[in-house]
Amino acid sequence: MTAAVEFQNVSRHFGTVRAVDGVDLTIAEGSFFAMLGPSGSGKTTCLRLISGFEKPTSGAIRIFGEDVSQTPPHLRNVNTVFQDYALFPHMNVRDNVAYGLMVKGMAKGPRLRKAEEMLSLVKLDDYGDRKPAQLSGGQRQRVALARALVNEPRVLLLDEPLGALDLKLREAMQDELKALQKRLGLTFVFVTHDQHEALSMADSLAVFNEGKIAQIGTPQDIYDRPATRFVADFVGSSNVLPPDLTRALGGPSQWASLRPEATRLATTGPVSGTVTALRYLGSGTRVVIDAGGTEIAALVPAGQPVPAEGATTAIAFEPSALHLMGTA
Amino acid sequence: MTAPAILPAKGAADRLTGVFWRQPRLLLLLLITPPLLWLGVVYLGSLAALLLQSFYSIDEFSGVVKEEFTLKTYAELFRAQNLDIIIRTVVMATAVTLACAVLAFPIAYYAARYAKGHWKAAFYLGVMLPLWSSYLVKVYAWKLILAKEGILGWAAEGTHTSWIIEGILSIPGLEGSSLSTSPFGTFVVFVYIWLPYMILPMQAALERVPNSMLEASADLGATQSQIFRTVILPLALPGVIAGSIFTFSLTLGDYIIPQIIGDSSRFIGLTVYQLQGTAGNTPLAAAFAVVPILIMVIYLTLAKRAGAFDAL
Repeated sequence: MTAAVEFQNVSRHFGTVRAVDGVDLTIAEGSFFAMLGPSGSGKTTCLRLISGFEKPTSGAIRIFGEDVSQTPPHLRNVNTVFQDYALFPHMNVRDNVAYGLMVKGMAKGPRLRKAEEMLSLVKLDDYGDRKPAQLSGGQRQRVALARALVNEPRVLLLDEPLGALDLKLREAMQDELKALQKRLGLTFVFVTHDQHEALSMADSLAVFNEGKIAQIGTPQDIYDRPATRFVADFVGSSNVLPPDLTRALGGPSQWASLRPEATRLATTGPVSGTVTALRYLGSGTRVVIDAGGTEIAALVPAGQPVPAEGATTAIAFEPSALHLMGTA
Repeated sequence: MTAPAILPAKGAADRLTGVFWRQPRLLLLLLITPPLLWLGVVYLGSLAALLLQSFYSIDEFSGVVKEEFTLKTYAELFRAQNLDIIIRTVVMATAVTLACAVLAFPIAYYAARYAKGHWKAAFYLGVMLPLWSSYLVKVYAWKLILAKEGILGWAAEGTHTSWIIEGILSIPGLEGSSLSTSPFGTFVVFVYIWLPYMILPMQAALERVPNSMLEASADLGATQSQIFRTVILPLALPGVIAGSIFTFSLTLGDYIIPQIIGDSSRFIGLTVYQLQGTAGNTPLAAAFAVVPILIMVIYLTLAKRAGAFDAL
C-alpha cells in the first residue's frame, strides 16, 4: 500500500522548544489516522507540517512519495478542517464552500453547483444562502468539512474538529466522519486530545508525548499493549503498576499495565489493599483499591458483590492480562 | 455558630448595589442619560440649528439675516465660484483619503500581524506621538520643510533630484513657486496630519482577522494576492471605511492648513470660517457646512451598498 504521508526523522524546533523531535511516521493511503496526545505534545505541529504552515527544522516529509519541503501550502493537494473552522464571515455558506474552486479559477456556475453538491454531502442542502454567523457549531463544522473536501484533496487534515461541540453532537459527528471517510476512501489525518475519540474512530493512531511518538499502532494495540507508562496513563483507564508491585504480583521487576476489566477482587492474594472509592457505572462498579500507595482499579460486573469503602480486599487477574512496558 | 443565609448589608454601597440588582434598568438609565443629553442637545441640537440657519437668507443691502424659510441660500452654492470651492475640497479630500489608505495599510498590517511586545509599543508611540504635539507647530514646520530654501529643496539639490520637485510643480493645477505654495504641498500636509486617523482603525480591523482565516485561504489554494483580495481586504474594509471617514471629513472641514500651505485657494472649511467670521453671512456658511454632511451620507450609503460592512 502507498504511504499517503511519510515523515522521516522530522523535527520542528521553536527556539529551544522541540515541538516535534525526530518523528518517523507512515500514514497508509485510505486510512483514518489519529494523532493523539496532550496539548503541547507536538500533534498539531505535525499536522501543520503536512499542510505546510510549518517548515521542518530537519527531516523529510513526503506526500504520496513527493518531497514537499519546498512546496507552499497553496500548492499542496491536502486540505484542512480548522479547529475554529475559520469560515469566511463575509461570504455566505455556498461561497465559502466554493472558495477553493474560485481561487483556482473555476467559472461561477460550475463552482456553485459543485459547492451545492458538497453541501448536500454534509447534509446542509438548504443552507447555501446563510452566513456562517447564522449557523450552529455543528453546522459550521459541516461547512468547514465541505469547504475542505470541495478541492478533492489527496489527504484531509482535521485539527481537533469536534472539540467545540457538545457530547451528543460530537458522537454523532464521529460516526458521520467515519462513514464519510469510508465512502470517499480518502486518507483522513485527525488530531485530537480525546483518547476515546481516537480509539473509536481511527484505523491506526500515533500517541504523542513531548514532541516524540510514544507509540504507533492500531487502537487495540495501544489500548491493550501500551508501550510506555505514558501511553498507558494517557490512553487508558488502565492500572499502571510500578516494578515492585509487578514483582509482588508474580511478574518481572518491570513497569506493567493491567486493565480494570481484567482485574478481579479476591479474598486472598499476594497484593491486597483498602477500598478507597466506588463508582457505579451502570454496567458494573469501578472499585479503587489503595495497594501500598498505588491505586488499582477493578471493574466488578453488575450483579456481583461490591465491597464497602474502607474494606480490605486482595487483587486477582488473568496472568495473560498483565502487560509489561518499557521504562519510559 | 453558622453563618446566616443572607449577609447583612454593610453600608450604602451594599444597599445601592442591591437596588441596582433589583432594578437593572436604573443603573443603565443613570449611566446613559448624561452622554445622551450631551449628544442630543449639544451635538444634534446644534446640527439642527445649523440646518435651520441654512434655510434662512441674508439681506444683501443691510446684511441682516432674514429669518424666513427659503432655498435661496442653497441655490447660491451652485454659483460657479462656490461650486469651484466644493469641487476643489472634495477632490482634495478624496486624494488625501486614498493616499492615507495606501500609506496606512502596510503600516497597520505590520502592526496588527507582526509587531509584538516592544515593537507594538513603538508602533503606537510612533503613530500617536505626532498627535500629541500642536497641530499648528506641525503645519508651520511643514511650511519650512516644503519652502524653496527648505530642507526638502536642499536635499533635492544635494542629490540632484530637484527635477522631481520641478516636475510636480509644473503639473497643471499644482503650479507654485515652491512646494509650500503649491496645492501639492497642501495635499502632502493633509496626508501627514490625518494619517494616524487612518492607521489606527485599520490596525484595529486587521487585528481582528484571525490567523487561521489566512491559513484557511492559503490551504484552499489561494495565492498571496488572492488572500489579500478575497479575505484580508474585505475583512479590513470596515476599518478602512472608518479611517476614510476620519480623513475625508477632517479634510473637508479643515480651514487652517489651506491658509498656511498652498496657493491660498479656498476650501469649504476656510469658506465657512470667512463667511461666518468676516462676512457675517451665517446662512451661506451653514449651507456650506451641510455639504460635507451630505457627501458623507452619500459616501456611506454607497459603501454599504458595495458590501463594505458585510464583515461586521
